[in-house]
Amino acid sequence: MDFDFLKETVLLLLSGVPLLLQLSFFSIAAGALFAVLLALMRLSGNPVLDYAARSYVFVFRGTPLLVQIFLIYYGLGQFPEIRQSFLWPFLREPYWCALLALTLNTAAYSSEIIRGGILSVPFGQIEAARACGMSRGLIFRRIIVPQGLIVALPAYGNEIILMTRSTALASTITLMEVTGIASKIISETFRAVEVFICAGAIYLILNFAISRAIALLERRLSPQFHTPALAAAVPERA
Amino acid sequence: MADYVELMGFGPKGWGLLMAQAALMTIAVSATAFALGSALGALVAWARVEGNRPLRIAADAYVTVLRGIPDLLVIYLLYFGGSQALTALAHLVGAKGFVGVNAFAAGAIAVGIISGAYQSEVFRGAFAAIARGELEAARSVGMSRPLLFRRIIVPQALRFAIPGLGNVWQLALKESALISVVGLTEILRQAQVGAGSTRQPFEFFITAAALYLVLSTISGLGFQRAEALGMRGVRRS
Amino acid sequence: MMGSGSNNQPAVSARNLRKRFGALEVLKGISLDAHEGDVISILGASGSGKSTLLRCINLLEIPDDGEVVVAGEAIALRTGRRGRREPVDRAQVDRIRMQVAMVFQTFNLWSHMTVIENVIEAPVHVQKRPRADAMREAEALLDKVGIAEKRDAYPAHLSGGQQQRAAIARALAMHPRVMLFDEPTSALDPELVGEVLRVMRTLAVEGRTMLVVTHEMGFAREVSNRVIFLNQGVIEEEGKPAELFAAPKSERLRQFLSSHLQV
Repeated sequence: MDFDFLKETVLLLLSGVPLLLQLSFFSIAAGALFAVLLALMRLSGNPVLDYAARSYVFVFRGTPLLVQIFLIYYGLGQFPEIRQSFLWPFLREPYWCALLALTLNTAAYSSEIIRGGILSVPFGQIEAARACGMSRGLIFRRIIVPQGLIVALPAYGNEIILMTRSTALASTITLMEVTGIASKIISETFRAVEVFICAGAIYLILNFAISRAIALLERRLSPQFHTPALAAAVPERA
Repeated sequence: MADYVELMGFGPKGWGLLMAQAALMTIAVSATAFALGSALGALVAWARVEGNRPLRIAADAYVTVLRGIPDLLVIYLLYFGGSQALTALAHLVGAKGFVGVNAFAAGAIAVGIISGAYQSEVFRGAFAAIARGELEAARSVGMSRPLLFRRIIVPQALRFAIPGLGNVWQLALKESALISVVGLTEILRQAQVGAGSTRQPFEFFITAAALYLVLSTISGLGFQRAEALGMRGVRRS
Repeated sequence: MMGSGSNNQPAVSARNLRKRFGALEVLKGISLDAHEGDVISILGASGSGKSTLLRCINLLEIPDDGEVVVAGEAIALRTGRRGRREPVDRAQVDRIRMQVAMVFQTFNLWSHMTVIENVIEAPVHVQKRPRADAMREAEALLDKVGIAEKRDAYPAHLSGGQQQRAAIARALAMHPRVMLFDEPTSALDPELVGEVLRVMRTLAVEGRTMLVVTHEMGFAREVSNRVIFLNQGVIEEEGKPAELFAAPKSERLRQFLSSHLQV
């Protein structure tokens, strides 16, 4: 084991972590907002909105992320309208193209997760809220979101991990996050196995941290699913 | 629009034939990877359910690792690492230069290993879904373990696994696009070549996207059919 | 308990309600008036429309025809796009619902809130009352229904009877003019039914206006001051409980009573 090489490699790879985190964080955050919109479109009862959202999800879940990235990075630049628009300074940069592609992609998957969470709230509780005179906005905020969140959290946590993994594809359009640096080192030194181990370890540690954080969040958000301590049991009044 | 038809058509200037061939390549490499993944997945699922502790830990590690690291890294490992190994071997017998691993092989094995991790989860869930009562009934009529496995567990597990396997297949289809980075001429690579040659990346990548959608839709219908067949005689709650 | 309203206006009035679900007409023109202090039991076989009638009063179902008047205010309805009936003013519906509290067969407590949080939710967030006042009152209500010690428990940790009593406290916290009970004990184990009926009896004695859909004949006979028997979407018979139970006029009601009474 060439520990010097491993150490050097790890240090080089770590320099790509900030970019990785940026790409993940912003795409997940923006994607979540868009996903809520899509979920609401599907649940709105309006057939046009529903169809539009369903088509979007179908297309973005049915095509590889890499194709989406290439379409945005290489494909959009083909049109003079785009090249002359105010968007061009963004759309010609690989960073923004990657961010856009990742956001659009995660929005499609996340919207289904969020929709599942919203639908999981027992209808009776929504009726009880309506019967108290709660407006739709109030019901959504006080009843649906808190409970839907807990149901959606495991699946969403999974999606977050998948997204961090997907940022690796940004390396195909010259971005030097961890995988980009790794492929450069491999092509220079031909030491694929060692580089793989170092890069893989970094991703695994990151994922571990993320899943711990999600598990903590789950525990803190759902006290009502815990069994009551025996000590707290009080004999029932006759 | 007419330009597009000419571009993608099967005429002399059309890329249609090449794209169609690339699509066949995509199906081929995905199917190979999926088959590999099934074999691996079944083994790993078995290890996780019935294996002893070290086996279980190894199996769990395999699933965790492969679901946590980018697929691109695995492909790089198998392609470049494999080429490294092959070159070293070749040099041992006196050859010179660089020996590259076959891109199809490296890609199929890489995607297969990743797919195996997902498939093991599907099989594990399918096995858990088999009603304990049915297994008890089988044991109580004196079925031996191999017989039980063959006649009760496998058919039932396959039936419950179909929806999950449908998902994993679609994953494999999409992951095959990554193999383009090591030069395999599947859909995405062909689209890149066409884009570079004609300076019309949009048309080519849209066509690629459409091809993937068509493949995944047809696959989806196929799996739905299989699920319907498999669920005959089961009362849905 | 007999009550006379402060004005002669009924607390709740339903006029000629009609409701169909697809091809099935469930309510075929039902009218009823509930005055202050009335405790009306609504009886009938399954499918007779009892729950639908109740749910039309607080507009959880929207009647295809007919009118609902709460405390003199008619709920404005219109036929919207695609021929569906809808309220003209959502805010009016929400406002009216503040005065009409419902207790459900399946309790429907909000599972992510503790019992006391369930009770103060509507007073604080819908009626905009100060939280401290709502809390104090909530504690008194929980004590009244007999589950004061469960104030910080989550619904999942309560028995069915306790959950329903919590739901009743939640309904009371809104200071409703009318309380609707939709088969409040049907989902309870037999030994838990009594504790809920006891609470309901207390409310009736206090003079609350209650409309109760129920299969509990004892409650209907002893606590309510009026009984309505629904059959296939129309009111087949109605009157004082003593009269109806002792001498049912219609054949259906006779059959119904004989299959439901254990005497």
